[in-house]
Amino acid sequence: MSAATQRRPKGLVIVSTGFVILWLILAAFPFVWTMWGSFKVEADFFSKADWTYALTGVRTTVETGAPFTGNGYYGAWVTNEFWRAVMNTMIIVVSVVVISLTLGTLGGYALARSGYRYAFWILMAALVFRAMPHITLVSGYLLPFFQWNLWGHLPTTIIVLVAINQPFTLWMLHSFFLNIPKDMDESAMVDGCTRFQAFRYVIIPVMWPGVITTGLFSFLLAYNDFAVTSMLLSRENQTMVPKIASFLGSTFDAGNVMYAVAAVVSAMLPLFVLVLFFQRQIVSGLTAGAVKG
Amino acid sequence: MSFMKTIAAGTMATLLATASYADCGIESGSIRILSNDFGALHAMVEKARECETDSVTIEHNATTEHRDLQVAALTANPAEYTSAVVANSSIVPLMNEGLIRPLDDLVAKYGQDLQPQQLITIDGQVMAIAFMANAQHLYYRSDVLEQVGLDVPTTYEEVVAAAQAIRDAGIMENPFAMNTMTGWNLGEEFVNMYLGHGGQFFEPGTAQVSINNEQGVAALNMLKQLVDLSDPDFLTFDSNATAAEWESGNLALATMWGSRGGPILDDEGSTEEIVSSTVLTGAPTVGGGDTPASTLWWDGFTISANISDEDAEATFAALVHGLSPEMVAENNDLAVWLLDGFEPGPAAAGVAATAQSGARPYPMLPFMGLLHTALGNELSDFLQGNESAEQALSDVEAAYTAAAREQGFL
Amino acid sequence: MPHRTFFWFMFPSLLAMILFIALPIGSVMTQSLFVKHDQVTIVTENCGPFGCQEEVVVDVEATRALQEADPLGRFNGFGTYTDRNHLAFAEVSEAWNTTESWSEFGSFLMNLPFYRALAFTLSYTAIVTPFVIVLGLAIALGVNSLPRIVKGPTIFISLLPMIVTPLIGGLVLFWMVDADGILGAALQNIFDDPRLSVKASAPLTWLMLFIYGIWHSAPFAFVVFYAGLQTVPSETLEAAQIDGANRWQRIRYVTIPYMMPLVVFVILIQLMDNFRVFEPIVAFSAQANASSLSTFIYDDLRGDTALFGSAAATSMMTIVGVCILLSPVLLRTWRDFNRKRA
Repeated sequence: MSAATQRRPKGLVIVSTGFVILWLILAAFPFVWTMWGSFKVEADFFSKADWTYALTGVRTTVETGAPFTGNGYYGAWVTNEFWRAVMNTMIIVVSVVVISLTLGTLGGYALARSGYRYAFWILMAALVFRAMPHITLVSGYLLPFFQWNLWGHLPTTIIVLVAINQPFTLWMLHSFFLNIPKDMDESAMVDGCTRFQAFRYVIIPVMWPGVITTGLFSFLLAYNDFAVTSMLLSRENQTMVPKIASFLGSTFDAGNVMYAVAAVVSAMLPLFVLVLFFQRQIVSGLTAGAVKG
Repeated sequence: MSFMKTIAAGTMATLLATASYADCGIESGSIRILSNDFGALHAMVEKARECETDSVTIEHNATTEHRDLQVAALTANPAEYTSAVVANSSIVPLMNEGLIRPLDDLVAKYGQDLQPQQLITIDGQVMAIAFMANAQHLYYRSDVLEQVGLDVPTTYEEVVAAAQAIRDAGIMENPFAMNTMTGWNLGEEFVNMYLGHGGQFFEPGTAQVSINNEQGVAALNMLKQLVDLSDPDFLTFDSNATAAEWESGNLALATMWGSRGGPILDDEGSTEEIVSSTVLTGAPTVGGGDTPASTLWWDGFTISANISDEDAEATFAALVHGLSPEMVAENNDLAVWLLDGFEPGPAAAGVAATAQSGARPYPMLPFMGLLHTALGNELSDFLQGNESAEQALSDVEAAYTAAAREQGFL
Repeated sequence: MPHRTFFWFMFPSLLAMILFIALPIGSVMTQSLFVKHDQVTIVTENCGPFGCQEEVVVDVEATRALQEADPLGRFNGFGTYTDRNHLAFAEVSEAWNTTESWSEFGSFLMNLPFYRALAFTLSYTAIVTPFVIVLGLAIALGVNSLPRIVKGPTIFISLLPMIVTPLIGGLVLFWMVDADGILGAALQNIFDDPRLSVKASAPLTWLMLFIYGIWHSAPFAFVVFYAGLQTVPSETLEAAQIDGANRWQRIRYVTIPYMMPLVVFVILIQLMDNFRVFEPIVAFSAQANASSLSTFIYDDLRGDTALFGSAAATSMMTIVGVCILLSPVLLRTWRDFNRKRA
């Protein structure tokens, strides 16, 4: 590939790089705007009076004496104990990713390698399951969970999130496993491995790009989920997104939007590290796997 | 209807009885409270926590999703929560399913300090204890009204005229706003306006809706005139948006919730000029009627039916302790309290005036929620000028009727 | 793979899905066929802080007696599916007979909430899905040819639209397109129209939601395709190059066929997710101009009186809709599958 890259015509390089840069601006602008705004007061962040206030920080200077303020961060992290929600989110996210990847790689591999019709029908059923709107599912869970005293606890929510996400995980890993040539594990089995040993020693080393990518989506699902976590967790187990939503206020009560903005921005930092890690894994997975066509 | 006065003049004698640590008269029990998430409720529960001992525990789940949890949570046996804090609309589903217990015995035992008007009595039985009030009413900018030389409007016709005058004078492009976001907010505005015109939502004693009438059309036309003086984005205006518009100085007249008075009148988010000329006053009347075009809301607590008597008693006693005059004195401006010791400040003036001039409470009917949803979803077409008032109202009636059939009311 | 091995590989996933999805779907389907019992109501005097009045309340005892006799409620068949708030068979057939022109019939349909929601949902799915696929592939190819050192940060930034919690991402953009916000003000300047408001006009609201949808989902397609690109065997690409294939031909005839399972996967997921579009509509407060099947369900479940039967019926119709929508892709998967068996 690197040889091919070097031989690319200049025009194409410019067009392709220009396109990527344009996309990066589109992708990052709202976030940069939010991050900039998180150091302002609400009147400047929304700047209803004049949008340039968001840049100059007129109201921030009037209210706090300086064009930038850390009030949003202080309010979210210290006054409202946002770190608790961060802890809960971390517990949920890590458990969901680990459990659903473990179950999903086993299932996805079996689905990709089975030649029987029922494998196809399981995939179809998984799609139908995924089509069910989450809010309907969640309102169905409420009564049994309350009755059996399962409501409000982190493990319940973790299992629900894993189950809800399992159709997606299965499909995605199944697609990735289809991409891994069948000969690899079959030749291992010819050499005397059992199916599980073939999976363990031949497939696992080469599956990382697919697994890491799937893991990233499981992560994002659990991390961004609102429908399930807002309805199934009690206040002490609340995760970040419902907590952020509660900063926004309701009909009767003025919220503090700046707490929400500061919370969102600060919750992004661990993701940056995570994605850098993820990127390295994809590349190292490729070299380690030495996929043969 | 002078509850504000009775309360403001209420004796402060109980204040003198402040004990350094509370004796709530409960031995043991598990107290579990489900409520909405705002400052006044936290203040009350914090006060109730004084009753905590080794054998009395208090758990509080304050969440904006409380309405969607309460029915399932109280249906379980034993119920997940011993008390649900409700408003006059959200108590209805609990009553429909029989999930809350009558409180008469507990009031007799622990409720000596409660005001008679706090008791929500249904069919002769006390079902909830109200402790705070809210209503939508008029906010105005005295400096802008002075500039155009007009008095404070007392009817919506005058509001329209004043807003038009402000626009014509070139002071503001869109001087008026109300909470007209499609959905619950818009439904609420119609409810207010329709009651202001003296309308009846249902044929008496039945669940048969009847709003496609003269008052309904008049209410819609008045809403249309008002939104024509609002920002073109009016169908996205919820309470947060109107308050932000007000604080940024884009509005001279607005109908907003009384509970927003405190944050608007504080020194954050707005300029000195806007805050000092902002005045809260009662909701205007409309169409020559004499009751304000607004509905009164209360917040109160209930006790679950599916719990032990011990827990019920503990919960009631602790919450009554949470409503003590010391709590009110410490948190006077967090809400319009219906409690002993409350001294209405400028932020409470609008709600007080609206209540005093005889506004009606939001109807506690079992099927009102269905009509409210139908109103919220079907009226935006009319306000955007896409269909006639009669068509919009008949759409509402059709949507409500289908829903009410499904719920077994028709 | 033998049945037994397959079963043990699949068992944990199947168990979770059956318990938490299949059983609830079954109960939702049952629920959608029933409506509540007639509620027995009585008129009483209710008193509160604002005085007393005569009001109707439900007679709990009497209603409970009815309920206990038959806990599921009254059997209604597909009555809920066909009532005015859903498929509205009676209203539609009446309009079919009385309206004179197609446009009149169309505007009648658009006045019915279910069809209004369906119209937006289908347009959203039809427009957002292809754009997401093409944009995602283009970004993946572009990023893949960048020097290795900048790939990490580029991937991170590309993921931002997906990472930022939709609740907040939507809110930020919502304020930006406000007539006073940076994007709204810019649009007014570009089109030289001070009354221009994105939120007030139905076509602009739709456009805004489409753009948001593409922006939000493109990273998903990008990441899947990018990961897929890493497994395209370079030998095949080089062989194609030696055979004289140009760059475009190599993408068209080597890369894309190799990634076809992933493309199918992204199409499936995108069709399904777009058909269930929900968050953007709520985050942008766009309910006045756009509603989807999911917001329709949300309206039924939230609020003071939850309409479970109605929400159940709409949910079942969502599932059926997704199945119809996916059927071409599924037929293809079926053929592939049979080819694999052969």
